[in-house]
Amino acid sequence: MKLIIAIIKPFKVEDVKAALTAIEVEGMTVTEVKGFGRQKGHTEIYRGSEYTVDFLPKVKLEIAVSDEILDKVVSTIAKAAKTGKIGDGKIFILPLEEVLRIRTDERGDAAV
Amino acid sequence: MLTLPLSLRNTLFTCGLALLLALSGISSRAASSPTSAHSEATLEQRVASLEAYLANTDPAAGAKEGTVLASTGVTTQSALAVGPGHNAWMMISTVLVLFMTLPGLALFYGGLVRTKNVLSIMAWCLGITSLVSVLWWACGYSLVFGKNFHSAYLGGSEYCFFRGVEGAPNPDYSYWVSQQVFAMYQLMFAIITPAVIIGAIVERMKFSAVLVFTSLWLLLVYCPLAHMVWGSTGLMNGVWNANASIKAIDFAGGMVVEMASGWSALVLCLIVGPRAGFGKTPMPPHSMVLCMIGTGLLWVGWYGFNAGSAVAADSIAGNAFVTTTFAAAVASGTWAALEYFWRGKASVLGFCSGAVAGLVGVTPACGFISSTAAIWLGLLSGSISFLACTKIKSFFRYDDALDVFGVHGVAGTLGMIFTGVFASTAVNHNLATHLSGIVGQTLWREQLRGMGLTLVLAVIMTGFIAFSLKWTIGLRPSKESEMEGLDQSEHGEHGYIYDASNI
Repeated sequence: MKLIIAIIKPFKVEDVKAALTAIEVEGMTVTEVKGFGRQKGHTEIYRGSEYTVDFLPKVKLEIAVSDEILDKVVSTIAKAAKTGKIGDGKIFILPLEEVLRIRTDERGDAAV
Repeated sequence: MLTLPLSLRNTLFTCGLALLLALSGISSRAASSPTSAHSEATLEQRVASLEAYLANTDPAAGAKEGTVLASTGVTTQSALAVGPGHNAWMMISTVLVLFMTLPGLALFYGGLVRTKNVLSIMAWCLGITSLVSVLWWACGYSLVFGKNFHSAYLGGSEYCFFRGVEGAPNPDYSYWVSQQVFAMYQLMFAIITPAVIIGAIVERMKFSAVLVFTSLWLLLVYCPLAHMVWGSTGLMNGVWNANASIKAIDFAGGMVVEMASGWSALVLCLIVGPRAGFGKTPMPPHSMVLCMIGTGLLWVGWYGFNAGSAVAADSIAGNAFVTTTFAAAVASGTWAALEYFWRGKASVLGFCSGAVAGLVGVTPACGFISSTAAIWLGLLSGSISFLACTKIKSFFRYDDALDVFGVHGVAGTLGMIFTGVFASTAVNHNLATHLSGIVGQTLWREQLRGMGLTLVLAVIMTGFIAFSLKWTIGLRPSKESEMEGLDQSEHGEHGYIYDASNI
């Protein structure tokens, strides 16, 4: 089992969700986050005051998947989230030791 | 066929009957009142009184000059009568000016501070409204509009605790508006003026210090200044006081409200000092949406402020209405256009700041200048305030947080000079009473003298009050309180509670 953490552009969330639903991914957790990478921030001006906004808004997706569908899910996210411009985000893949579904006590692949 | 349920028909019948009874009551009273009230007045006197009401002139004047003179009649009548139309407009104007502070200014300023300080602005606006109302009742109104001190600098004591402030008009200020209504209208100006000042020292002044400052500033700056400019015996009341030694004109408060608050704000923010982290920590507005709503409320309320300052629903009020609109609209667009050419983007804050600058600029001028002059004034107010807020402030690096000086001080000062140059007796016939020799000629010199006195009074008194407070109760909260935000440390509340566990 693997945990996929994808940081993507906020306006790509719906596209990614639709693409993942189409390949029958059954759940995900979405968080609004802030951060920076190579894209860096931008400048805002309020009357005479200039502020550099270093942290840009992004959306973080967390999806637990079984090893069989991992590659398919990752390539689907990458395809749906791509604009080709700087700031598209990153996908991290982490090993996942155990999963437990609280309602039924199922564990492992059955709970993913 | 339409059939109604029995109960509904009964209700309709009862309502109709009640309406008829009410109407008959009104008509019988209307029929009986003229005979009793006008029994001693001749027809000519009654017509003269009505004409005086329509022309907003002295109803007693006709009786004095007329051929049919009666000892009672018109004069007795006029002492009691108020003009319903003028009175109604002044009550609406009063509400509009209160609306400028609550919630107009509270939202305009509240949106421009950081999330942790939004409620402190609301608390200050509410606190000032509450405090100034009581002071106005106790002595404020009397010190401005009384006259038993026989002074050009301060009013009198006869209206303290609102003694004698009743339904009848005070003919020194209006022949047709109840003195009560006039006093309430003027109260709203006394509220918004200190409320404007706080924009310079947001996010870093103690609540207690704000309230004490407001009380002292009202008594030491506002009351004398308002008497000098608007009091019937005032030193700078060029329009109405034949003996005014400075024949300045100020229709709705360019000196009393805008210059006084703008220059006082500059002095106060220099004495209070900059916010912790000023120049290092980003301090962007937390909600431009609130700021825009506040601007809209200010703009709408300003019609009460400017057109209401005619203290009548007459053609001068109408002229003020027109000039207010054009100056605000042009200044708003000017500021945004300058941003667009300078930086490539026109911002909402630019439109908002420009609108307020235009409204400030036209305040002393609105009832004295033509609509074309208002367009020019809008262009000037918008562009010069833009330069003051973006270039001058960043050059001197003082922390006038919400640009009270850059907008109110600068545009108010500009508007006063402009008023002296463009005021015209064709627009406002009252300028011909005492000023016919100088309007359009040397009036601007009188304006400069009045402005000089306003500036000196505001700067010296504000400095005196601020230093007195700094050395006694202190002006600032502790560093920790300031970092935590005044909402929590001073008021024990948060403006926004977004907590997943509360949904």
